[in-house]
Amino acid sequence: MAEAQMTIPKIERHTFAVLVDNEAGVLARVVGLFSGRGYNIESLTVAEVDPTEHTSRITIVTSGTPEILEQIRAQIGRLVPVHRVVDWTVDKPSIAREMALVKVAGIGEKRVEALRIADAFRARPVDTTHTSFVFEITGSPDKISNFVELMQPLGLVEISRTGVVAISRGPDPM
Amino acid sequence: MIPQPKQMTGAEMVIQALKDHDVEHIFGYPGGAVLPIYDALFAANDLVHVLVRHEQGAIHAAEGYARSTGKCGVALVTSGPGATNAVTGLADALLDSIPLVVLTGQVATHLIGTDAFQECDTVGITRPCTKHNWLVKDIADLPRILHEAFQIATTGRPGPVVVDIPKDIQFKTGGYIGPETVVHRTYRPAYEPDMQAIEQAVKMMANAKRPIFYTGGGIINAGPKASEALRELVELTGFPVTSTLMGLGAYPASGDKWLGMLGMHGTYEANNAMHDCDLMICLGARFDDRVTGRMDAFSPGSKKIHLDIDPSQINKNVRIDLPIIADAGRAIEAMVKEWKFRDYKADRSALGEWWEQITRWRAKRCLEYRGSNELIKPQYAIDRLYQLTKGRDVYITTEVGQHQMWAAQRFHFDEPNRWMTSGGLGTMGYGLPAAMGVQMAHPDSLVIDIAGEGSVQMTMQEMSTAVQYNLPIKIFILNNRYLGMVRQWQQLLHGGRYSHSYSETLPDFVKLADAFGCVGIRATHPDELDAAINKMIDVKRPVLFDCVVDQTENCYPMIPSGAAHNEMLLCDADDHAVSDAGKLLV
Repeated sequence: MAEAQMTIPKIERHTFAVLVDNEAGVLARVVGLFSGRGYNIESLTVAEVDPTEHTSRITIVTSGTPEILEQIRAQIGRLVPVHRVVDWTVDKPSIAREMALVKVAGIGEKRVEALRIADAFRARPVDTTHTSFVFEITGSPDKISNFVELMQPLGLVEISRTGVVAISRGPDPM
Repeated sequence: MIPQPKQMTGAEMVIQALKDHDVEHIFGYPGGAVLPIYDALFAANDLVHVLVRHEQGAIHAAEGYARSTGKCGVALVTSGPGATNAVTGLADALLDSIPLVVLTGQVATHLIGTDAFQECDTVGITRPCTKHNWLVKDIADLPRILHEAFQIATTGRPGPVVVDIPKDIQFKTGGYIGPETVVHRTYRPAYEPDMQAIEQAVKMMANAKRPIFYTGGGIINAGPKASEALRELVELTGFPVTSTLMGLGAYPASGDKWLGMLGMHGTYEANNAMHDCDLMICLGARFDDRVTGRMDAFSPGSKKIHLDIDPSQINKNVRIDLPIIADAGRAIEAMVKEWKFRDYKADRSALGEWWEQITRWRAKRCLEYRGSNELIKPQYAIDRLYQLTKGRDVYITTEVGQHQMWAAQRFHFDEPNRWMTSGGLGTMGYGLPAAMGVQMAHPDSLVIDIAGEGSVQMTMQEMSTAVQYNLPIKIFILNNRYLGMVRQWQQLLHGGRYSHSYSETLPDFVKLADAFGCVGIRATHPDELDAAINKMIDVKRPVLFDCVVDQTENCYPMIPSGAAHNEMLLCDADDHAVSDAGKLLV
């Protein structure tokens, strides 16, 4: 134990799914827990997933030492409206996706190059003017970050990212 | 045929729900946004309402009531400042796991969000200092929420909850359903222990050479049966027991296995035994920083078993070898049963050596102090108070500071629920209103708040409440004119620069008692102390006791900030170099 605390803590990034009752203030409880206890939120998505049961699913990407991540899971689990907490990074194989809208403005060769790269990333233009595109791109967070980086010299104006959603592989639910 | 729910107003539902949950006493303060509930209360003859003088007092009184009875404490306050004044008490109850249902009024639903008069975001403000809270927006939800509030406050790891009820909802009529019809959608606290974990734990205990029970408030919260089970387990195994501040009384201080409290102002024997043990059996405690001292030097050679009803406590501060998530009472009973079933015997020779070592630590007599014939030493005052009230039906509350630690060290408890103190939050001003709550529940008992003159002034106004309700609480003030614990730390850590820790002026507590309409008693010399204490005990009215003590006495033993369990200071003469890292700690 003593040695473990002497070494430099290893920071990991984990993706949690939290199934909650969709009651007033439930998101504030989760977010307040993170800010109150000093945990990081790298991204967060939330929406109702079962309108008859009124449950919402929150996906949180967070980072910390393994000890902190274990605490995050336990602390979320003890919030009263929480049904389940799953850590996709350790519990079972999962896939994670994110969507982004990326606005690029330019003319001439840069504009052609932007369209060419977008095609390679399977990003599709959802708004087009003579001087700009808005691309819709879906994929892993890394893929989106790579795409954004490539758009930088080609007239990147702004980005809107959804944050990560994740689900387990195979037939079983979370 | 399903019976039709009875029609009533929201305010009447509140009163009905209180009755359905066997509430007999509530502590509160009226205001605009709770007037309909107060109107319904006017007709409720079987509910005793105690009108406090400040909402913080209501919450602490409800805490004292809850802690001394094992029941849920209930408070009723108005919107805005009523709710914000309750916040300190809520945070206090959350950290000490005290079951409270606090009802707050709110402006009418159509005014919410308009910065209306006495509006505040009560659920937003109280979210991080409650176990759960609700804003009731529809009369149809009110009965369910009230029942869930009691369930969540009192089960699992207990804690405070807030139900925020807008004024229009209190007036609206709806159907009332009883508690038996409510099943919570998500809340499922664990009670029964995993038997494999119990078997493994008991096996580890049977093989231990230097074991120790480290017990906490979880045993008190689990009810008197948990304390009984603990006593049996200790007798069976012969292991030494120490306890946190919150757990005092679960194991009797008169028991021969008792090492005294552990932690920053714990005993030398308890802390050294924690440091040197090979098996730590933590029962309903949470490895608080007051208990562990320097974390990387905390009990380095031991295996650790941790029993807690709250899974988030496992591995929070200290790595645990064997967790048990369960109610403390049921788990300890299961341990007793398992020990007997396997017919285990503790390792006698190893345990004998361990007790010899403990005897050597005890021989340090770490609670001894230099007496005086001229001045009342605060330790002497507590010792006399203990001796002169021994054998009586006595409950003790405290404020926060040196007097609290001296009380914890020197006032010995043989039963649970007799000791009410603010452990986690360290709330000065807790003890006086808490004593009122205790006295309300135990009208014939002797209820004493061991106080400091600093803390007690924070909620002094509640003496007026005590007088109104004939609550004969005894406020025993160890008056050293200093904020003593602050002064002690300034001496030890800040070069004796006593920055703003001395009270140039204080009220004359005897005259103040007179002004409140209660009894004032003062003792300034050791020779007059016994008679004064006896007088206090005999008075059947509230008492302010001004016990004028040595101004510069420090509280020892002490683990200085950033030090380990085996690096205790026993007196002022001990070297107390505190590291820079230690100075950062509170």
